[in-house]
Amino acid sequence: MKKDENKHQRYLRKLEREKYAVRIGQWSILVVFLALWQYTTDRNILDSFIFSSPKRVLNTIVTLGSSRILWEHTAITFLETIVSFFLTTIVCIFMAVLLWWQKVLSDILEPYLVLLNALPKSALAPLLIVWLGTGMNTIVVAGMSVAIFGSIIQLYTCFREVDCEKEMLIYTLGGNRRQVLTKVILPGSVPGIISNMKVNVGLCLVGVVIGEFLAAKRGLGYMIIYGSQVYKLDWVMTAIILLMVMAMFFYVSIDKMSKKL
Amino acid sequence: MVAVSIDQVSYSYHSVSAETVALQDISFQVSPGEFLAIVGPSGCGKSTLLALICGLLKPDKGTISFYDEAGISKTNIGYMLQKDNLFEWRTVYRNVILGLEINHCLTEEKKEKIDRMLVNYGLKDFEEKRPSELSGGMRQRAALIRTLAMEPDLLLLDEPFSALDYQTRIEVADDIGRIIRQEGKTAILVTHDLSEAISMADRIVVLSKRPARVKKIMEVNLSVPEKSPLAARSAPEFQGYFNTLWKELKSDEERRE
Ligand SMILES: Nc1ncnc2c1ncn2[C@@H]1O[C@H](COP(=O)(O)OP(=O)(O)OP(=O)(O)O)[C@@H](O)[C@H]1O
Ligand SMILES: [Mg+2]
Repeated sequence: MKKDENKHQRYLRKLEREKYAVRIGQWSILVVFLALWQYTTDRNILDSFIFSSPKRVLNTIVTLGSSRILWEHTAITFLETIVSFFLTTIVCIFMAVLLWWQKVLSDILEPYLVLLNALPKSALAPLLIVWLGTGMNTIVVAGMSVAIFGSIIQLYTCFREVDCEKEMLIYTLGGNRRQVLTKVILPGSVPGIISNMKVNVGLCLVGVVIGEFLAAKRGLGYMIIYGSQVYKLDWVMTAIILLMVMAMFFYVSIDKMSKKL
Repeated sequence: MVAVSIDQVSYSYHSVSAETVALQDISFQVSPGEFLAIVGPSGCGKSTLLALICGLLKPDKGTISFYDEAGISKTNIGYMLQKDNLFEWRTVYRNVILGLEINHCLTEEKKEKIDRMLVNYGLKDFEEKRPSELSGGMRQRAALIRTLAMEPDLLLLDEPFSALDYQTRIEVADDIGRIIRQEGKTAILVTHDLSEAISMADRIVVLSKRPARVKKIMEVNLSVPEKSPLAARSAPEFQGYFNTLWKELKSDEERRE
């Protein structure tokens, strides 16, 4: 017994070590990248005016940060992404359920979904501005438009792939179609829905930034466009880095949430 | 007395390319408390027959009747599919109560009964585990409890042991056979294991290859005190029954060649 415990502990320690190795690897890539960026711009190998540098980005964050402008831009983009992500998720699950419920409907709509999914959404953005103005609505819809069609297709496929014998089981236990949905299809698709959400949140962010490029007077996308026009590349870099942090935050939040389930 | 009567039942599947006649003029009867086995070559229509009895499919021709006076209600049939189909997103306990949950009849009394079954069939310590943490035999027993929890009047078993290795298979068949006899259930077992059929059933229906017809109905009388699959195999009559069944199925193959 004693011996077994030792073995088990050794196994746990090994797992722990592997986890640390991965973490160290991940952080060192970041550190090396930042160091190289700083070094090359310090030595004028790269022009720090065009390429900015970690120090300059930090400075920008500190100076802009104290005047709250930066945080307003960030908060706006954050909010728009969250709203369009939630709407996308709700609409997609609803649509996928509808298509599953009425197979005919899915057969009818399939070519349209595929077509709309393949369409470059940035081509839609100018239209959205004309239809919806340059407010937050446009940005939210732009965010949704990037994710929604592909996501409906993917969720619907995921629903269809649930083992049909499991469906039959519900009928043999005296259940009906609604119970097939609530007891088998939805709970059985939870992993699919989560991975779909992870992809969606990224796509919504893409759509929101595209929308802000074209329509907005606020948000990180606007900051990037504005910064590049007036050659404040520090602003551009800062905005890009904040977008990365945001994307990471979304991803990790969904991951944490899904592990709690 | 007759519990279930199957009269002149035919059924065909339709697909774009062809019509597949699965069953043709099938007739037989089941008495209350009887354990009936159905054997036949692979793909002959055994699962189809069970789906018809269960009401998942409607016969093209013929009728299937259930006799209330024999204590069999059409709406209370337990069907154990070929695979255990336990849901990985539910604990073993929540899998077992699935049927009761669906029918909104999860009473205290039923819960107690389930508890007793979990103890009896050695699953009590595993009720909060996920199905993937169970062995094949345990999974099969969990699926059986799920079916029995509904207190079905008639049990349909579609090769419930085919996913198990040989030794577990005999053990679980032994277990399940005893459980069903204890509870005095009427049961129909589909299998293509002839020894299993002889050792568990009171009567055996032999089906021909597709389209399935009834080739023979054979009564099994073994001179062993307790009819458990293991004991049955050592009964003196066992070999005779086996040979008869074997010949029946074999003659079918020869005709095909
Ligand atoms: N959904 C279906 N659509 C079309 N044909 C089907 C369908 N299900 C079964 N069949 C056909 O009907 C015939 C009988 O099938 P069934 O599943 O009842 O056979 P079985 O006797 O249970 O076979 P096995 O012993 O392999 O389980 C087979 O030839 C099969 O090809
Ligand atoms: Mg079958």
